[in-house]
Amino acid sequence: MAVTTFNFKRIYVWELPVRLFHWVTAFSTTILVITGFIIANPPAISANVEATNSFWFGYVRAIHFITAYILIANLIFRIYWAFAGNQFANWRNFIPYTKKGIYNIIHVLKVDIFLMEDKEHKLHNISIGHNYLAAFSYFIMTLFFILQVMTGLSLIADTSSWWLPDMFKWVSTMFGGDITTRYIHHILTWIFMAFVVIHVYLVLFHDYVEARGEASAMISGFKFIRAERVKETEEEIIDKAKQQMWEGNKKPAKKKPKKK
Amino acid sequence: MSIKNANRKTYYESIIESGYSRRDFMKFTTYMAAFMGLESSMVGQVVKAMETKKRIPVIWEHFQECTGCSESFIRSDHPLVADLILENISLDYSDTLMAASGHNAEEAKQESMKENYGNYILVVEGAIPMKDDGVYCTIAGRSAIDILKESAAGAAAIITFGSCSAWGGIQAAYPNPTGSVPVDAIIKDKPIIRVPGCPPIGEVMTGVIMHYATFGVLPQLDSLGRPKQFYAKRVHDSCYRRPYFDAGLFAESFDSQEAKDGHCLYKLGCRGPVTYNACGTMGWNNGVSFPIKSGYPCIGCSEPDFWDNSPFTERLENVPGMGIEATADKIGKIVVGAAIGGAVIHSIATNIAKKKELREAEECGEENEKNIKA
Repeated sequence: MAVTTFNFKRIYVWELPVRLFHWVTAFSTTILVITGFIIANPPAISANVEATNSFWFGYVRAIHFITAYILIANLIFRIYWAFAGNQFANWRNFIPYTKKGIYNIIHVLKVDIFLMEDKEHKLHNISIGHNYLAAFSYFIMTLFFILQVMTGLSLIADTSSWWLPDMFKWVSTMFGGDITTRYIHHILTWIFMAFVVIHVYLVLFHDYVEARGEASAMISGFKFIRAERVKETEEEIIDKAKQQMWEGNKKPAKKKPKKK
Repeated sequence: MSIKNANRKTYYESIIESGYSRRDFMKFTTYMAAFMGLESSMVGQVVKAMETKKRIPVIWEHFQECTGCSESFIRSDHPLVADLILENISLDYSDTLMAASGHNAEEAKQESMKENYGNYILVVEGAIPMKDDGVYCTIAGRSAIDILKESAAGAAAIITFGSCSAWGGIQAAYPNPTGSVPVDAIIKDKPIIRVPGCPPIGEVMTGVIMHYATFGVLPQLDSLGRPKQFYAKRVHDSCYRRPYFDAGLFAESFDSQEAKDGHCLYKLGCRGPVTYNACGTMGWNNGVSFPIKSGYPCIGCSEPDFWDNSPFTERLENVPGMGIEATADKIGKIVVGAAIGGAVIHSIATNIAKKKELREAEECGEENEKNIKA
């Protein structure tokens, strides 16, 4: 079989802060969804006890609030990192305002979502970091996260003595009271769950089809791209030249012992 | 029925004249100061104001409503609470409470409004229907819009007493056939103090008027225009069943042992956690009870649009405009289910559509596997 294997090079894509952000988000969102659903519809796990001796529901709420603050800090950090981080973490990736971005979204839709045949394999069509469609979905999710945080903070503003939640009381007013605000908070939870399903599936899809470390990249930070896409380093050029010289000199000498 | 207010009495004078003792008066002032959230050192200031300030005239308009708010008011726990304002009202104008009727009453109102122009407090009970030129609520041949505009013109401030005048009320419930609107949709140039509730607590209005009489300014309002003294806290946060909530002890149905034991009504749809009112601290009927204390979950009657958030005995209300059975959880399950289904279908389709590519990659890898050197 005459199938060529390409050479791949290892690229450091997700810096440690990006990976930490990702896993803190994943971890805190999971906790928030679970505790959120418990708060929305608490299971009847205790009965026939004195209220004095039990506080489990209070603890569930406390965990929900503490985790929410972790998520908020995490989000603020990531927004900072969108300006301080490397080219793959930069905010420009997340908003498809360039021709290149729009072209990429169309390509991803065609090839990855509607599974059409990629007639011309062009190297630059394979994104190194996020593809523009995925990145745009993270941007939308960030907006949802911000809305979720704002509705959440406005709901606890009146029982909190801290200025941060107090700053968001107007959100509840804007939506016309806590009833609607709580409702929006609840519906958004489902959107996060649907997002997680799609996100995890598409990571698996890319890893399966492209096999260049899509899933493990969020652990190691590395992805693999075709060697041609990376400029050769000086060392490599020198090495290559040396090797050519070496091979050139030894060619006749090398061939003879092989034939014997 | 007298409308001669030229020598209007002070609050104190009228209270003593009504046959109360000074002790009653002091008890009442202390009690109201506590309700208004004032420190005990402020009682003196309230007493002084009640003794020296002339009574503030009140005009009480009734529009599209059930009169439940008046009922609540005349049953407020301290006899003086009602007397204080009711005497004024019977002097001036209140469709349901005044002794006079017909042209006499209307004339009396006009006279009082003219005399106290710019000084009286207008209390509005009931929403104002806007559709078809407001024909759905007319008094003495005039539409509610007309009457409201006229009586609001000379008001120092407007108190919207009850959820109808504050938010639109039951008649504004979807699809709002008469086009009912709250007062603030019509009157834009007067301070409006919302005292919502279905009905609201009577002391709240007395509190607002006393605050105005004592300090000369209207009380501080929250972001939805309700006096903070009474609406700063959730029913949930002052609920005597709160320990059951934190302990995770919930009544699952109305006839259960848990319900009888007084467990938290959260799972029976209690809107306490999203409702701002003073029910938990002030109570009704001389502080005897409030809905939760009687075993029924709060329906959030002081919150905007509470009527469109049924069923009241379920935690999750229906999504407005999405049909009766469309709760957020049902929609959520469909969305997440669709995402999972889509992922499954897509993964199968991937294996079919990318068959060639995948096979090539596999063959290539297999060949490499055979040629491993070390």
